[in-house]
Amino acid sequence: MSKLHFITDGFVKNNPTFVLVLGMCPTLATTTSAMNGLEMGLATMFVLILSNIVISLVAPMVPDKVRIPVYITVIATFVTVLQLLMQAFTPAVYETLGLFIPLIVVNCIVLGRAEGFANKHSVGESALDGIGVGLGFTLSLTVIGIVREILGSGAVFGWKFIQGDGILAFVMAPGAFLVLGYLMVLFNKYLAKK
Amino acid sequence: MEYFLIFVSAIFVNNILLAQFLGICPFLGVSNKLSTATGMSGAVCFVITLATVVTYLLNHYLLVPFGLEFLQTISFILVIAALVQMVEIVLKKISPSLYQALGIFLPLITTNCAVLGVAITVVTKEFAFGGAAPHMLNLGQAVVYAIATSLGYGLAMCLFAGLREHLAGNDVPKAFKGLPIALITVGIMAMAFLGFSGIV
Amino acid sequence: MATASTLKNMALCLTAVCLICSAVVGGAYALTKDPIDAAAQAKTTASIAAVLPAFEGVPEQGTVDVNGTEYTYYKAEGAGYAVISTTSGFGGALTLMVGIDTAGVVHNTTVLSHSETPGLGAKCTTDTHFMEQFQGFDPAAKSLAVKKDGGDVDAITASTITSRAYALAVSNAVNVYHQLAGGQSNE
Repeated sequence: MSKLHFITDGFVKNNPTFVLVLGMCPTLATTTSAMNGLEMGLATMFVLILSNIVISLVAPMVPDKVRIPVYITVIATFVTVLQLLMQAFTPAVYETLGLFIPLIVVNCIVLGRAEGFANKHSVGESALDGIGVGLGFTLSLTVIGIVREILGSGAVFGWKFIQGDGILAFVMAPGAFLVLGYLMVLFNKYLAKK
Repeated sequence: MEYFLIFVSAIFVNNILLAQFLGICPFLGVSNKLSTATGMSGAVCFVITLATVVTYLLNHYLLVPFGLEFLQTISFILVIAALVQMVEIVLKKISPSLYQALGIFLPLITTNCAVLGVAITVVTKEFAFGGAAPHMLNLGQAVVYAIATSLGYGLAMCLFAGLREHLAGNDVPKAFKGLPIALITVGIMAMAFLGFSGIV
Repeated sequence: MATASTLKNMALCLTAVCLICSAVVGGAYALTKDPIDAAAQAKTTASIAAVLPAFEGVPEQGTVDVNGTEYTYYKAEGAGYAVISTTSGFGGALTLMVGIDTAGVVHNTTVLSHSETPGLGAKCTTDTHFMEQFQGFDPAAKSLAVKKDGGDVDAITASTITSRAYALAVSNAVNVYHQLAGGQSNE
Protein backbone atom coordinates (compact mmCIF):
# COMPACT_ATOMS: atom_id res chain seq x y z
CA MET A 1 0.00 0.00 0.00
CA SER A 2 2.97 2.31 -0.42
CA LYS A 3 1.32 4.09 -3.32
CA LEU A 4 -1.56 5.42 -1.22
CA HIS A 5 0.72 8.13 0.12
CA PHE A 6 0.33 9.84 -3.25
CA ILE A 7 -3.24 10.54 -2.25
CA THR A 8 -2.68 11.54 1.35
CA ASP A 9 0.20 13.83 0.40
CA GLY A 10 -2.27 16.06 -1.37
CA PHE A 11 -4.08 16.84 1.88
CA VAL A 12 -1.33 18.28 4.02
CA LYS A 13 2.20 17.94 2.66
CA ASN A 14 1.31 19.07 -0.85
CA ASN A 15 -1.88 20.97 -0.11
CA PRO A 16 -2.25 23.14 -3.19
CA THR A 17 -3.87 26.05 -1.39
CA PHE A 18 -1.98 26.39 1.89
CA VAL A 19 1.40 24.88 1.05
CA LEU A 20 1.98 25.14 -2.69
CA VAL A 21 -0.07 28.38 -2.92
CA LEU A 22 -1.36 27.52 -6.37
CA GLY A 23 -4.75 28.06 -7.95
CA MET A 24 -5.43 31.17 -5.91
CA CYS A 25 -7.87 32.76 -8.34
CA PRO A 26 -10.67 30.20 -8.10
CA THR A 27 -9.92 29.76 -4.38
CA LEU A 28 -10.78 33.37 -3.69
CA ALA A 29 -13.55 33.83 -6.20
CA THR A 30 -15.67 30.71 -5.88
CA THR A 31 -15.72 30.18 -2.12
CA THR A 32 -18.65 32.46 -1.38
CA SER A 33 -20.46 29.43 -0.06
CA ALA A 34 -19.49 25.92 0.96
CA MET A 35 -21.43 24.37 -1.93
CA ASN A 36 -19.73 26.60 -4.53
CA GLY A 37 -16.30 25.77 -3.14
CA LEU A 38 -17.08 22.05 -3.18
CA GLU A 39 -18.37 22.18 -6.77
CA MET A 40 -15.36 24.13 -8.00
CA GLY A 41 -12.98 21.72 -6.30
CA LEU A 42 -14.67 18.69 -7.85
CA ALA A 43 -14.67 20.30 -11.32
CA THR A 44 -10.95 21.01 -11.04
CA MET A 45 -10.30 17.49 -9.74
CA PHE A 46 -12.07 16.03 -12.78
CA VAL A 47 -9.73 17.89 -15.14
CA LEU A 48 -6.69 17.22 -12.95
CA ILE A 49 -7.15 13.43 -12.83
CA LEU A 50 -7.85 13.09 -16.57
CA SER A 51 -5.04 15.38 -17.66
CA ASN A 52 -2.57 13.67 -15.31
CA ILE A 53 -3.46 10.27 -16.77
CA VAL A 54 -3.27 11.36 -20.41
CA ILE A 55 -0.11 13.40 -20.00
CA SER A 56 1.71 10.62 -18.20
CA LEU A 57 0.68 8.34 -21.09
CA VAL A 58 1.91 10.64 -23.87
CA ALA A 59 4.90 12.22 -22.15
CA PRO A 60 7.41 9.66 -23.50
CA MET A 61 6.25 10.37 -27.03
CA VAL A 62 6.25 14.16 -26.90
CA PRO A 63 9.40 16.01 -28.01
CA ASP A 64 10.73 18.20 -25.22
CA LYS A 65 10.44 21.53 -27.04
CA VAL A 66 6.72 21.24 -27.70
CA ARG A 67 5.69 19.72 -24.41
CA ILE A 68 4.12 22.85 -22.91
CA PRO A 69 1.82 23.58 -25.90
CA VAL A 70 0.88 19.90 -25.98
CA TYR A 71 0.08 19.80 -22.26
CA ILE A 72 -1.95 23.01 -22.56
CA THR A 73 -3.90 21.58 -25.48
CA VAL A 74 -4.66 18.38 -23.61
CA ILE A 75 -5.79 20.29 -20.51
CA ALA A 76 -7.86 22.69 -22.62
CA THR A 77 -9.56 19.73 -24.29
CA PHE A 78 -10.63 18.28 -20.97
CA VAL A 79 -11.78 21.69 -19.72
CA THR A 80 -13.92 22.12 -22.83
CA VAL A 81 -15.39 18.65 -22.36
CA LEU A 82 -16.15 19.56 -18.73
CA GLN A 83 -17.77 22.83 -19.86
CA LEU A 84 -20.02 21.02 -22.31
CA LEU A 85 -20.97 18.33 -19.79
CA MET A 86 -21.78 20.90 -17.12
CA GLN A 87 -23.83 23.04 -19.49
CA ALA A 88 -25.84 19.99 -20.45
CA PHE A 89 -26.36 18.29 -17.10
CA THR A 90 -25.70 20.82 -14.31
CA PRO A 91 -26.59 24.20 -15.86
CA ALA A 92 -27.26 25.91 -12.52
CA VAL A 93 -23.79 25.05 -11.18
CA TYR A 94 -22.26 26.09 -14.51
CA GLU A 95 -23.88 29.52 -14.23
CA THR A 96 -22.78 30.01 -10.62
CA LEU A 97 -19.15 29.14 -11.31
CA GLY A 98 -19.22 31.15 -14.55
CA LEU A 99 -15.88 32.32 -15.87
CA PHE A 100 -13.86 30.08 -13.54
CA ILE A 101 -14.69 26.86 -15.35
CA PRO A 102 -12.81 27.81 -18.53
CA LEU A 103 -10.14 29.32 -16.26
CA ILE A 104 -9.29 25.82 -14.99
CA VAL A 105 -7.10 25.72 -18.11
CA VAL A 106 -4.72 28.25 -16.59
CA ASN A 107 -5.05 26.93 -13.06
CA CYS A 108 -1.41 26.57 -12.05
CA ILE A 109 -2.24 23.36 -10.17
CA VAL A 110 -3.21 21.47 -13.29
CA LEU A 111 -0.27 22.53 -15.44
CA GLY A 112 2.02 22.37 -12.43
CA ARG A 113 1.21 18.74 -11.63
CA ALA A 114 1.41 17.82 -15.32
CA GLU A 115 4.84 19.37 -15.69
CA GLY A 116 6.15 18.48 -12.28
CA PHE A 117 4.76 15.02 -11.70
CA ALA A 118 2.73 13.36 -14.43
CA ASN A 119 5.39 13.46 -17.09
CA LYS A 120 7.86 11.65 -14.86
CA HIS A 121 5.66 9.05 -13.20
CA SER A 122 3.58 6.09 -14.28
CA VAL A 123 -0.07 6.33 -15.20
CA GLY A 124 -1.24 4.76 -11.97
CA GLU A 125 0.84 7.07 -9.78
CA SER A 126 -0.23 10.11 -11.78
CA ALA A 127 -3.87 9.19 -11.39
CA LEU A 128 -3.41 8.80 -7.63
CA ASP A 129 -1.59 12.13 -7.46
CA GLY A 130 -4.42 13.75 -9.38
CA ILE A 131 -6.92 12.33 -6.91
CA GLY A 132 -4.82 13.37 -3.91
CA VAL A 133 -4.09 16.93 -4.98
CA GLY A 134 -7.62 17.27 -6.34
CA LEU A 135 -9.11 16.15 -3.03
CA GLY A 136 -6.75 18.45 -1.13
CA PHE A 137 -7.85 21.37 -3.28
CA THR A 138 -11.52 20.45 -2.89
CA LEU A 139 -11.10 20.17 0.86
CA SER A 140 -9.38 23.57 1.12
CA LEU A 141 -12.02 25.25 -1.02
CA THR A 142 -14.84 23.67 0.96
CA VAL A 143 -13.34 24.70 4.30
CA ILE A 144 -12.84 28.29 3.12
CA GLY A 145 -16.36 28.23 1.70
CA ILE A 146 -17.79 26.98 4.98
CA VAL A 147 -16.06 29.74 6.98
CA ARG A 148 -17.14 32.46 4.55
CA GLU A 149 -20.69 31.18 4.43
CA ILE A 150 -21.02 30.93 8.21
CA LEU A 151 -19.63 34.40 8.80
CA GLY A 152 -21.12 36.05 5.75
CA SER A 153 -24.59 34.54 5.37
CA GLY A 154 -25.16 32.75 8.63
CA ALA A 155 -25.68 29.51 6.77
CA VAL A 156 -23.86 26.28 6.04
CA PHE A 157 -24.45 24.39 2.78
CA GLY A 158 -27.53 26.52 2.32
CA TRP A 159 -28.99 25.77 5.74
CA LYS A 160 -29.47 29.14 7.43
CA PHE A 161 -29.20 29.34 11.19
CA ILE A 162 -29.73 33.07 11.66
CA GLN A 163 -32.30 35.54 10.40
CA GLY A 164 -31.21 37.98 7.74
CA ASP A 165 -27.63 38.56 6.66
CA GLY A 166 -24.33 37.89 8.35
CA ILE A 167 -21.18 40.00 8.06
CA LEU A 168 -21.53 40.59 4.33
CA ALA A 169 -17.89 41.57 3.88
CA PHE A 170 -17.08 37.88 4.07
CA VAL A 171 -19.04 36.91 0.98
CA MET A 172 -17.53 39.81 -0.90
CA ALA A 173 -13.98 40.46 -2.10
CA PRO A 174 -12.22 41.47 1.14
CA GLY A 175 -13.55 38.48 3.03
CA ALA A 176 -11.91 36.07 0.61
CA PHE A 177 -8.44 37.46 1.24
CA LEU A 178 -8.94 37.78 5.00
CA VAL A 179 -10.31 34.26 5.48
CA LEU A 180 -7.56 32.74 3.34
CA GLY A 181 -4.91 34.69 5.24
CA TYR A 182 -6.14 33.65 8.68
CA LEU A 183 -6.69 30.03 7.66
CA MET A 184 -3.14 29.97 6.35
CA VAL A 185 -1.93 31.11 9.76
CA LEU A 186 -3.83 28.27 11.43
CA PHE A 187 -2.50 25.77 8.89
CA ASN A 188 1.08 26.95 9.42
CA LYS A 189 0.69 26.69 13.19
CA TYR A 190 -0.66 23.15 12.80
CA LEU A 191 2.28 22.23 10.54
CA ALA A 192 4.78 23.79 12.95
CA LYS A 193 3.44 21.71 15.83
CA LYS A 194 3.75 18.39 13.97
CA MET B 1 -17.83 59.52 -22.82
CA GLU B 2 -18.44 55.82 -22.60
CA TYR B 3 -14.73 55.19 -23.09
CA PHE B 4 -14.01 57.27 -20.00
CA LEU B 5 -16.59 55.29 -18.03
CA ILE B 6 -15.09 52.00 -19.20
CA PHE B 7 -11.71 53.29 -18.05
CA VAL B 8 -12.82 54.30 -14.56
CA SER B 9 -14.90 51.19 -14.11
CA ALA B 10 -12.14 48.79 -15.13
CA ILE B 11 -9.43 50.43 -13.01
CA PHE B 12 -11.30 51.20 -9.80
CA VAL B 13 -14.80 49.79 -9.62
CA ASN B 14 -14.19 46.30 -10.99
CA ASN B 15 -10.47 46.10 -10.37
CA ILE B 16 -9.28 42.88 -11.99
CA LEU B 17 -7.33 41.82 -8.91
CA LEU B 18 -9.29 43.15 -5.98
CA ALA B 19 -12.81 42.63 -7.28
CA GLN B 20 -12.62 39.99 -9.98
CA PHE B 21 -9.84 37.85 -8.42
CA LEU B 22 -7.96 37.35 -11.67
CA GLY B 23 -4.18 37.30 -11.80
CA ILE B 24 -3.67 36.54 -8.11
CA CYS B 25 -0.80 34.03 -8.38
CA PRO B 26 1.77 36.40 -9.88
CA PHE B 27 0.33 39.17 -7.74
CA LEU B 28 1.31 37.35 -4.57
CA GLY B 29 4.55 36.01 -6.01
CA VAL B 30 6.04 39.02 -7.73
CA SER B 31 5.06 41.91 -5.53
CA ASN B 32 7.92 41.79 -3.03
CA LYS B 33 9.76 44.62 -4.72
CA LEU B 34 8.38 47.69 -6.45
CA SER B 35 10.78 47.38 -9.38
CA THR B 36 9.76 43.83 -10.32
CA ALA B 37 6.13 44.75 -9.80
CA THR B 38 6.30 47.59 -12.32
CA GLY B 39 8.15 45.45 -14.85
CA MET B 40 5.63 42.65 -14.52
CA SER B 41 2.66 45.05 -14.81
CA GLY B 42 4.06 46.52 -18.00
CA ALA B 43 4.52 43.10 -19.57
CA VAL B 44 1.05 41.98 -18.48
CA CYS B 45 -0.52 45.18 -19.85
CA PHE B 46 1.04 44.59 -23.22
CA VAL B 47 0.03 40.92 -23.39
CA ILE B 48 -3.54 41.52 -22.18
CA THR B 49 -4.19 44.24 -24.75
CA LEU B 50 -2.66 42.32 -27.63
CA ALA B 51 -4.37 39.07 -26.63
CA THR B 52 -7.76 40.77 -26.29
CA VAL B 53 -7.53 42.24 -29.79
CA VAL B 54 -6.50 38.96 -31.41
CA THR B 55 -9.02 36.79 -29.54
CA TYR B 56 -11.81 39.31 -30.17
CA LEU B 57 -11.15 39.22 -33.91
CA LEU B 58 -10.80 35.43 -33.86
CA ASN B 59 -14.11 35.11 -32.06
CA HIS B 60 -15.91 37.65 -34.22
CA TYR B 61 -14.76 36.45 -37.63
CA LEU B 62 -14.18 32.75 -37.12
CA LEU B 63 -15.91 31.26 -34.08
CA VAL B 64 -19.26 33.03 -34.06
CA PRO B 65 -20.05 32.87 -37.81
CA PHE B 66 -19.42 29.11 -37.81
CA GLY B 67 -21.14 28.42 -34.50
CA LEU B 68 -17.91 27.25 -32.91
CA GLU B 69 -18.20 29.11 -29.60
CA PHE B 70 -17.46 25.93 -27.69
CA LEU B 71 -13.90 26.18 -29.04
CA GLN B 72 -13.35 29.50 -27.29
CA THR B 73 -11.39 28.09 -24.37
CA ILE B 74 -8.99 26.04 -26.48
CA SER B 75 -8.42 28.58 -29.25
CA PHE B 76 -8.00 31.50 -26.88
CA ILE B 77 -5.42 29.81 -24.66
CA LEU B 78 -3.43 28.64 -27.69
CA VAL B 79 -3.50 32.17 -29.13
CA ILE B 80 -2.27 33.53 -25.81
CA ALA B 81 0.50 30.92 -25.55
CA ALA B 82 1.64 31.72 -29.10
CA LEU B 83 1.53 35.48 -28.43
CA VAL B 84 3.66 35.15 -25.31
CA GLN B 85 6.21 33.08 -27.23
CA MET B 86 6.34 35.77 -29.92
CA VAL B 87 6.68 38.54 -27.36
CA GLU B 88 9.58 36.63 -25.79
CA ILE B 89 11.38 36.27 -29.12
CA VAL B 90 10.80 39.90 -30.10
CA LEU B 91 11.83 41.19 -26.69
CA LYS B 92 15.03 39.14 -26.73
CA LYS B 93 15.98 40.82 -30.00
CA ILE B 94 14.87 44.37 -29.24
CA SER B 95 15.68 44.80 -25.56
CA PRO B 96 17.83 42.03 -24.04
CA SER B 97 18.12 43.92 -20.74
CA LEU B 98 14.35 44.05 -20.26
CA TYR B 99 14.18 40.39 -21.28
CA GLN B 100 16.72 39.56 -18.56
CA ALA B 101 14.91 41.66 -15.97
CA LEU B 102 11.61 39.88 -16.58
CA GLY B 103 13.28 36.49 -16.57
CA ILE B 104 10.90 33.67 -15.67
CA PHE B 105 7.89 35.94 -15.40
CA LEU B 106 7.37 36.35 -19.13
CA PRO B 107 6.48 32.73 -19.96
CA LEU B 108 4.41 32.64 -16.78
CA ILE B 109 2.08 35.29 -18.21
CA THR B 110 0.58 32.48 -20.32
CA THR B 111 -0.93 30.95 -17.20
CA ASN B 112 -2.00 34.28 -15.76
CA CYS B 113 -5.78 33.97 -15.34
CA ALA B 114 -6.12 37.69 -15.98
CA VAL B 115 -5.17 37.35 -19.65
CA LEU B 116 -7.55 34.49 -20.46
CA GLY B 117 -10.14 35.97 -18.09
CA VAL B 118 -10.23 39.34 -19.84
CA ALA B 119 -10.27 37.69 -23.27
CA ILE B 120 -13.30 35.59 -22.37
CA THR B 121 -15.12 38.36 -20.47
CA VAL B 122 -14.87 40.74 -23.40
CA VAL B 123 -16.62 38.36 -25.79
CA THR B 124 -19.22 36.91 -23.44
CA LYS B 125 -20.34 39.57 -20.99
CA GLU B 126 -22.80 42.35 -21.59
CA PHE B 127 -21.57 45.64 -20.25
CA ALA B 128 -23.70 48.48 -18.90
CA PHE B 129 -21.94 51.79 -18.34
CA GLY B 130 -23.49 54.85 -16.79
CA GLY B 131 -27.12 54.03 -17.44
CA ALA B 132 -26.74 52.91 -21.05
CA ALA B 133 -28.52 49.71 -21.96
CA PRO B 134 -26.37 46.60 -21.46
CA HIS B 135 -24.60 45.55 -24.65
CA MET B 136 -21.65 43.59 -25.95
CA LEU B 137 -18.44 45.56 -26.53
CA ASN B 138 -17.20 46.50 -29.96
CA LEU B 139 -13.49 46.27 -30.81
CA GLY B 140 -12.65 49.83 -29.78
CA GLN B 141 -14.39 49.47 -26.41
CA ALA B 142 -12.75 46.07 -25.94
CA VAL B 143 -9.29 47.60 -26.45
CA VAL B 144 -10.01 50.41 -23.99
CA TYR B 145 -11.34 47.85 -21.51
CA ALA B 146 -8.20 45.72 -21.91
CA ILE B 147 -5.84 48.66 -21.45
CA ALA B 148 -7.80 49.97 -18.48
CA THR B 149 -7.96 46.53 -16.88
CA SER B 150 -4.21 46.09 -17.11
CA LEU B 151 -3.68 49.59 -15.70
CA GLY B 152 -5.88 48.57 -12.78
CA TYR B 153 -3.73 45.46 -12.43
CA GLY B 154 -0.59 47.57 -12.41
CA LEU B 155 -2.06 49.99 -9.91
CA ALA B 156 -3.01 47.26 -7.46
CA MET B 157 0.36 45.52 -7.92
CA CYS B 158 2.42 48.64 -7.33
CA LEU B 159 0.34 49.75 -4.35
CA PHE B 160 0.74 46.30 -2.88
CA ALA B 161 4.46 46.11 -3.61
CA GLY B 162 4.94 49.40 -1.81
CA LEU B 163 3.01 48.08 1.19
CA ARG B 164 4.96 44.82 1.21
CA GLU B 165 8.28 46.63 1.19
CA HIS B 166 7.10 48.39 4.34
CA LEU B 167 5.85 45.16 5.89
CA ALA B 168 9.22 43.50 5.37
CA GLY B 169 10.77 45.92 7.83
CA ASN B 170 8.10 45.46 10.48
CA ASP B 171 7.81 43.09 13.38
CA VAL B 172 5.26 40.55 12.19
CA PRO B 173 4.28 37.58 14.40
CA LYS B 174 5.96 34.40 13.21
CA ALA B 175 2.84 32.57 12.06
CA PHE B 176 1.74 35.58 10.01
CA LYS B 177 5.06 36.15 8.26
CA GLY B 178 5.11 36.11 4.49
CA LEU B 179 1.86 35.24 2.77
CA PRO B 180 -0.71 35.42 5.58
CA ILE B 181 0.01 39.03 6.48
CA ALA B 182 0.20 39.87 2.79
CA LEU B 183 -3.25 38.36 2.23
CA ILE B 184 -4.73 40.25 5.16
CA THR B 185 -3.24 43.46 3.76
CA VAL B 186 -4.79 42.77 0.37
CA GLY B 187 -8.09 42.11 2.09
CA ILE B 188 -8.03 45.57 3.61
CA MET B 189 -7.04 47.02 0.24
CA ALA B 190 -10.00 45.23 -1.33
CA MET B 191 -12.25 46.75 1.31
CA ALA B 192 -10.96 50.19 0.36
CA PHE B 193 -11.62 49.54 -3.32
CA LEU B 194 -15.16 48.40 -2.48
CA GLY B 195 -15.82 52.05 -1.76
CA PHE B 196 -15.59 52.73 -5.49
CA SER B 197 -18.61 50.60 -6.35
CA GLY B 198 -21.56 52.41 -7.78
CA ILE B 199 -19.51 55.31 -9.15
CA VAL B 200 -20.08 54.20 -12.72
CA MET C 1 13.01 9.16 -22.18
CA ALA C 2 11.18 11.61 -24.44
CA THR C 3 11.61 11.47 -28.20
CA ALA C 4 14.14 13.79 -29.85
CA SER C 5 13.08 17.35 -30.61
CA THR C 6 13.59 17.18 -34.33
CA LEU C 7 11.42 19.30 -36.58
CA LYS C 8 9.74 16.24 -38.01
CA ASN C 9 8.91 14.82 -34.59
CA MET C 10 7.61 18.13 -33.29
CA ALA C 11 5.42 18.72 -36.33
CA LEU C 12 4.07 15.16 -36.22
CA CYS C 13 3.37 15.36 -32.53
CA LEU C 14 1.59 18.70 -32.71
CA THR C 15 -0.50 17.59 -35.66
CA ALA C 16 -1.46 14.35 -33.94
CA VAL C 17 -2.37 16.15 -30.73
CA CYS C 18 -4.46 18.71 -32.61
CA LEU C 19 -6.32 16.05 -34.55
CA ILE C 20 -7.05 13.89 -31.53
CA CYS C 21 -8.12 16.82 -29.36
CA SER C 22 -10.36 18.21 -32.10
CA ALA C 23 -11.98 14.82 -32.42
CA VAL C 24 -12.56 14.57 -28.67
CA VAL C 25 -14.00 18.08 -28.39
CA GLY C 26 -16.07 17.66 -31.52
CA GLY C 27 -17.41 14.36 -30.22
CA ALA C 28 -18.27 15.85 -26.82
CA TYR C 29 -20.00 18.78 -28.54
CA ALA C 30 -22.09 16.47 -30.73
CA LEU C 31 -23.08 14.36 -27.74
CA THR C 32 -24.02 17.27 -25.50
CA LYS C 33 -25.65 19.59 -28.02
CA ASP C 34 -29.16 18.27 -27.49
CA PRO C 35 -28.99 18.11 -23.68
CA ILE C 36 -27.61 21.67 -23.61
CA ASP C 37 -30.44 22.96 -25.79
CA ALA C 38 -32.95 21.05 -23.70
CA ALA C 39 -31.53 22.48 -20.46
CA ALA C 40 -31.66 26.04 -21.81
CA GLN C 41 -35.21 25.46 -23.03
CA ALA C 42 -36.26 24.05 -19.66
CA LYS C 43 -34.85 27.08 -17.87
CA THR C 44 -36.71 29.50 -20.13
CA THR C 45 -39.95 27.55 -19.86
CA ALA C 46 -39.65 27.46 -16.07
CA SER C 47 -39.17 31.22 -15.83
CA ILE C 48 -42.10 31.85 -18.20
CA ALA C 49 -44.28 29.57 -16.12
CA ALA C 50 -43.23 31.45 -13.00
CA VAL C 51 -44.43 34.80 -14.31
CA LEU C 52 -47.63 33.95 -16.17
CA PRO C 53 -50.88 32.28 -15.13
CA ALA C 54 -51.14 28.60 -16.06
CA PHE C 55 -51.17 27.97 -19.78
CA GLU C 56 -51.08 25.03 -22.15
CA GLY C 57 -48.81 24.36 -25.04
CA VAL C 58 -45.43 25.85 -25.87
CA PRO C 59 -45.02 29.62 -25.80
CA GLU C 60 -44.20 31.18 -29.14
CA GLN C 61 -40.94 33.10 -29.19
CA GLY C 62 -40.44 36.36 -31.04
CA THR C 63 -38.46 39.58 -31.05
CA VAL C 64 -39.72 43.12 -31.38
CA ASP C 65 -38.07 46.50 -31.60
CA VAL C 66 -39.34 49.15 -29.20
CA ASN C 67 -37.68 52.57 -29.01
CA GLY C 68 -34.53 51.29 -30.67
CA THR C 69 -33.98 48.31 -28.36
CA GLU C 70 -34.68 44.74 -29.35
CA TYR C 71 -36.73 42.68 -26.89
CA THR C 72 -37.33 38.93 -26.83
CA TYR C 73 -40.83 37.90 -25.83
CA TYR C 74 -42.82 34.71 -25.44
CA LYS C 75 -46.51 34.57 -26.24
CA ALA C 76 -48.46 32.01 -24.24
CA GLU C 77 -51.92 31.37 -25.69
CA GLY C 78 -54.62 32.56 -23.37
CA ALA C 79 -52.18 33.60 -20.66
CA GLY C 80 -50.41 36.66 -22.00
CA TYR C 81 -46.86 37.67 -22.83
CA ALA C 82 -43.55 37.09 -21.04
CA VAL C 83 -40.97 39.70 -21.96
CA ILE C 84 -37.23 39.63 -21.23
CA SER C 85 -36.25 43.13 -20.15
CA THR C 86 -32.72 44.29 -19.34
CA THR C 87 -31.69 47.51 -17.62
CA SER C 88 -28.59 48.93 -16.00
CA GLY C 89 -28.53 48.18 -12.28
CA PHE C 90 -26.03 49.25 -9.63
CA GLY C 91 -23.37 46.64 -10.38
CA GLY C 92 -24.17 45.72 -13.96
CA ALA C 93 -26.95 44.45 -16.16
CA LEU C 94 -30.22 43.50 -14.48
CA THR C 95 -32.31 41.08 -16.55
CA LEU C 96 -35.92 40.28 -15.70
CA MET C 97 -38.61 38.06 -17.15
CA VAL C 98 -41.85 40.02 -16.84
CA GLY C 99 -45.18 38.27 -17.28
CA ILE C 100 -48.10 40.41 -18.45
CA ASP C 101 -51.50 38.77 -18.68
CA THR C 102 -54.17 39.33 -21.31
CA ALA C 103 -55.66 42.24 -19.35
CA GLY C 104 -52.41 44.20 -19.46
CA VAL C 105 -51.74 43.61 -15.77
CA VAL C 106 -48.27 42.54 -14.62
CA HIS C 107 -48.83 39.01 -13.33
CA ASN C 108 -45.38 38.39 -11.86
CA THR C 109 -41.68 39.09 -12.40
CA THR C 110 -38.55 37.03 -11.90
CA VAL C 111 -34.88 37.96 -12.03
CA LEU C 112 -32.92 36.07 -14.70
CA SER C 113 -29.53 37.57 -13.90
CA HIS C 114 -28.03 40.42 -11.90
CA SER C 115 -24.75 41.71 -10.48
CA GLU C 116 -26.13 43.64 -7.53
CA THR C 117 -24.47 44.02 -4.15
CA PRO C 118 -25.15 41.18 -1.73
CA GLY C 119 -27.30 42.33 1.17
CA LEU C 120 -28.44 45.44 -0.69
CA GLY C 121 -29.48 45.33 -4.32
CA ALA C 122 -29.24 41.53 -4.38
CA LYS C 123 -32.33 41.56 -2.16
CA CYS C 124 -34.30 42.00 -5.38
CA THR C 125 -34.36 38.20 -5.48
CA THR C 126 -35.09 37.56 -1.79
CA ASP C 127 -37.06 40.51 -0.40
CA THR C 128 -40.61 39.15 -0.57
CA HIS C 129 -42.22 42.52 0.15
CA PHE C 130 -40.40 44.10 -2.80
CA MET C 131 -41.09 41.23 -5.19
CA GLU C 132 -44.74 40.75 -4.21
CA GLN C 133 -45.72 44.33 -5.00
CA PHE C 134 -45.21 43.53 -8.70
CA GLN C 135 -47.66 40.65 -8.59
CA GLY C 136 -50.94 41.83 -10.07
CA PHE C 137 -49.52 45.35 -10.61
CA ASP C 138 -51.85 47.26 -12.93
CA PRO C 139 -49.77 49.81 -14.86
CA ALA C 140 -52.93 51.62 -15.92
CA ALA C 141 -53.84 52.35 -12.32
CA LYS C 142 -50.41 52.74 -10.67
CA SER C 143 -47.12 54.27 -11.75
CA LEU C 144 -44.07 52.05 -12.38
CA ALA C 145 -41.50 54.26 -10.66
CA VAL C 146 -40.07 54.27 -7.14
CA LYS C 147 -41.86 56.37 -4.55
CA LYS C 148 -38.88 58.73 -4.47
CA ASP C 149 -39.56 59.53 -8.13
CA GLY C 150 -43.25 60.04 -7.56
CA GLY C 151 -44.34 56.53 -8.42
CA ASP C 152 -45.98 53.68 -6.54
CA VAL C 153 -43.13 51.21 -6.14
CA ASP C 154 -41.68 50.70 -2.66
CA ALA C 155 -37.89 50.60 -3.09
CA ILE C 156 -35.59 48.17 -1.27
CA THR C 157 -34.05 49.90 1.75
CA ALA C 158 -30.79 51.63 0.78
CA SER C 159 -31.01 50.21 -2.75
CA THR C 160 -32.77 52.93 -4.69
CA ILE C 161 -30.71 52.46 -7.83
CA THR C 162 -31.42 48.74 -8.03
CA SER C 163 -35.10 49.33 -7.32
CA ARG C 164 -35.24 52.04 -10.00
CA ALA C 165 -33.63 49.71 -12.52
CA TYR C 166 -36.09 46.96 -11.61
CA ALA C 167 -39.10 49.29 -11.99
CA LEU C 168 -37.73 50.59 -15.29
CA ALA C 169 -37.29 47.05 -16.57
CA VAL C 170 -40.92 46.24 -15.74
CA SER C 171 -42.05 49.51 -17.31
CA ASN C 172 -40.15 48.76 -20.51
CA ALA C 173 -41.73 45.31 -20.61
CA VAL C 174 -45.18 46.89 -20.32
CA ASN C 175 -44.35 49.16 -23.26
CA VAL C 176 -43.36 46.11 -25.28
CA TYR C 177 -46.65 44.45 -24.32
CA HIS C 178 -48.61 47.46 -25.49
CA GLN C 179 -46.81 47.47 -28.80
CA LEU C 180 -47.47 43.76 -29.24
CA ALA C 181 -51.07 43.86 -28.10
CA GLY C 182 -51.72 46.86 -30.33
CA GLY C 183 -52.44 49.37 -27.58
CA GLN C 184 -50.85 52.76 -26.92
CA SER C 185 -47.46 53.19 -25.29
CA ASN C 186 -47.49 53.71 -21.49
CA GLU C 187 -46.10 57.14 -20.57
